[in-house]
Amino acid sequence: MTETDRQRALNTAELIDETAAAAPVTSELPPEDPVQSGAPPRSQWRDIWRQFRSHRGAMIALILFVSILLFVSVGPLIWTVDPTYVDIRARNSGFTPAHPFGTDQLGRDILARLMAGGRVSIAVGLTAMLIAIFLGSLIGVLSGYFRRLDAPLMRLTELFLALPLLPLLLLMVTLFREPLSQSFGPAMGIFILIVSAIGATSWMQSARIVRGDVLGLKEREFILAAKSIGTPPTRMILRHVLPNVLSPIMVAATLGIATAIITESALSFLGLGFPPDFPTWGRLLFDAVDQMVLYPSRVILPGIFISMTVLCVNYIGDGLRDAMDPRIRGR
Amino acid sequence: MKTALISALAIMTAAPALAERGADGDLRVLYWQAASVLNPYLSTSAKDVEPASLVLEPLAIVAADGSYQTVLAEEIPSIENGGIAADYSAVTWRLKPGLTWSDGSPVTAEDVKFTADYCMAPGFGCAVLAEFEGISKVEVIDDLTVRLSFDQPRFQPLQAFLGQRTPILQKAQFQDCLGAAGASCSAQNFGPIGTGPFRVTQFNPGDVVQFDANPNYRDAAKPAFARVTIKGGGDAMAAARAVLETGEVDFAWNLQLPPEAIAQMESAGKGQVYTAFGTMVERIELNQTDPSADLPAEERATSAHPHPFLSDPAVRKALSMAIDRPIIAELAYGPAGQPTCTITPTPQEYVTDDDSCLTQDIAGAKALLDQAGWVPGGDGVREKDGVRLQVLFQTSVNSVRQDVQSLVKQWWSEIGVATDLKTVEGSSFFGGDPENPDSLARFLADVQMYTDAYYQPDPASFLNEFTCASIPRPDTQWQGSNSPRFCDPVYDERMDLLHQTAASADRQQFAREMVAMITTEGHVMLPLIHRGMVLARANSLQGTAPNGWEGSLWNIADWSRAK
Repeated sequence: MTETDRQRALNTAELIDETAAAAPVTSELPPEDPVQSGAPPRSQWRDIWRQFRSHRGAMIALILFVSILLFVSVGPLIWTVDPTYVDIRARNSGFTPAHPFGTDQLGRDILARLMAGGRVSIAVGLTAMLIAIFLGSLIGVLSGYFRRLDAPLMRLTELFLALPLLPLLLLMVTLFREPLSQSFGPAMGIFILIVSAIGATSWMQSARIVRGDVLGLKEREFILAAKSIGTPPTRMILRHVLPNVLSPIMVAATLGIATAIITESALSFLGLGFPPDFPTWGRLLFDAVDQMVLYPSRVILPGIFISMTVLCVNYIGDGLRDAMDPRIRGR
Repeated sequence: MKTALISALAIMTAAPALAERGADGDLRVLYWQAASVLNPYLSTSAKDVEPASLVLEPLAIVAADGSYQTVLAEEIPSIENGGIAADYSAVTWRLKPGLTWSDGSPVTAEDVKFTADYCMAPGFGCAVLAEFEGISKVEVIDDLTVRLSFDQPRFQPLQAFLGQRTPILQKAQFQDCLGAAGASCSAQNFGPIGTGPFRVTQFNPGDVVQFDANPNYRDAAKPAFARVTIKGGGDAMAAARAVLETGEVDFAWNLQLPPEAIAQMESAGKGQVYTAFGTMVERIELNQTDPSADLPAEERATSAHPHPFLSDPAVRKALSMAIDRPIIAELAYGPAGQPTCTITPTPQEYVTDDDSCLTQDIAGAKALLDQAGWVPGGDGVREKDGVRLQVLFQTSVNSVRQDVQSLVKQWWSEIGVATDLKTVEGSSFFGGDPENPDSLARFLADVQMYTDAYYQPDPASFLNEFTCASIPRPDTQWQGSNSPRFCDPVYDERMDLLHQTAASADRQQFAREMVAMITTEGHVMLPLIHRGMVLARANSLQGTAPNGWEGSLWNIADWSRAK
């Protein structure tokens, strides 16, 4: 069977599964060969995209997120001020044509700093989230699906949950900062360090959620059916289990981005993060807290960017979950 | 104009009314780091020593100008009055007659002797043991006289019992706490009996200390306040706000905050900020040894490998010339700092005259580097014989220090020196673990910045920190105070000479020359800012006076409430 055929067959099986109780058995099953049915072939991703477009919040969020991405990636090509250039005479300037978002206490341009900071923050957020989600789903699925692995993997998860994060990070920075800086340069080295530190310490929640879902899923009829026709475990997981636990993973992922951005800023604050001439949104926020009363815009601007990014990613995740869930799709 | 008005008002209200003990009611003080013990022999941190100073008093203290002022002593020992032995091998202190502890019993020389024994007892781990170093014998001559003998002549003999870090304890109260038992005597350590203007009524470690006036204080008219509450907790910003904006508290301590934030709070008109300048100097140190990671770990930053370019005096001088110290003071420190060119900023006799470093000279620095053969490469960074002027600049995490790092990086880039910045978490940077690669003593960077200070007006023991013998190295487990690894035989000779010199004019002369060798001539250390302790007091509080040598509450007996 080709991939499309199998998809078709599975969709049919699922449809029967869902309607079996409610509807009387009918002989009018879909034709064996969809090409002969005359209908144009439909791609699954196109379906998802169609469903996604109908989610208004997710569409707005997508547009905003893309504009934030453009702001931080294309923005510096248009607004070419150096974000670390200190101009003492222009310090604490308000919103002027020369500095549209003003300057900080050393006269560095806030607009340029927001662009440069966003690039780092979003990169850290996305990469750390990908690592955390990959680890979390891997461990969650393995421990949910294979009974023998369940206990050791869950004890490992609990071990990680019990680890105090800050001392661990301190240790990692002390041990790995210099070797990484030497092999990848100071900025890239610390990026790798931070991303893996955050990723390696935030996968536990999603692992537990995924495990729970997998355990429930394992008892469902379609899994039993697939098992009874001899589907090997790898295919079972990729084909039947993963797509069905995608929605909790999506939710965990979107929340993970937010946590990663915030954790990075906390690390910068403690001096475990990027060097001080490397602006990130979190650092901009923390640097401005002391002068919050005098210059509120310095706190509000990076704050808006962080919360907008987090909110957008959340909404996109929400839309994606709806679009990818075959039970909701089409309603 | 406004300050003139305020000081005029202060003079008018300060006209001595008939003072009476306890007439002014409650005094509320905020130390945002709370006291954990009230015994300076267990902890030297200011948050503990300063509340304890309300109760426990030393024989003498250092006044704001660096002179000595008696507290329990009758007079300051000197060669002339016979208090210091002619060969500098002993000091004799005489107590004021008629002193009593707050429980009414008399203060005697036995208490002084006991305190010395208490600190020097084996197994105790006295926090200020260094102040008692070299004392070989403590003898009680009579009820009011005690003699401290040294194992060898000391030309700076006044050290123990001078200053609030080494006060006198009551023998009757502490005699069961000798040696290893010392740390566990909580009743004594949390509520010492003293001679000071106040006595402890309640102490919750890590939270609040309450005092009331000592009925047996030696001056019948003092203190003016009947009760004092020293509250801990919060942060510097909240403390400043409590005094300057809301007026809930009369006095707050250690307010290192952005200059603009302080100025704005002060404009609320409820209180004032003042600064006590001691010997704290923020400085940049230039590593004289090569920290390169290509060397084996045990040889990095050791004298075996001189630094590839910071060993060149022209480079060091150019780095100093490029820095605009007044701008740093104005932008980052405000009332908390003044630009300086020396590491011994007070007393005045020890300050070198050369303050040329206060003027930034970018063009001069460039010319100097050109002359020395360092020419700009393709990317604007200067190089010579394949060595690039690229430095790694480390300091502790602190928003003020990070601002200064950014400023200095920019100035150095203007003269063609590239800078990578690095920040290290404070406890790691100042920690003494020999395995820690980020500590300031290990110094695996080219340049580092931090503040150092000392507590005696005579800087001899401080200057002793920069001899060749004090360089941190593998066989000292990387311990040692000479973190820039400065080593000059001429300096060491001067140090020996200083240790053998008694005449104060000569001592000052030697000290100034030695400081110049490190700073204005050698440029191994680039002093930046003379830092002070920023304090805030309510407008109604009078009698406060800055003293950089002692704690902020050093003259609390003289404080009173304006009517």
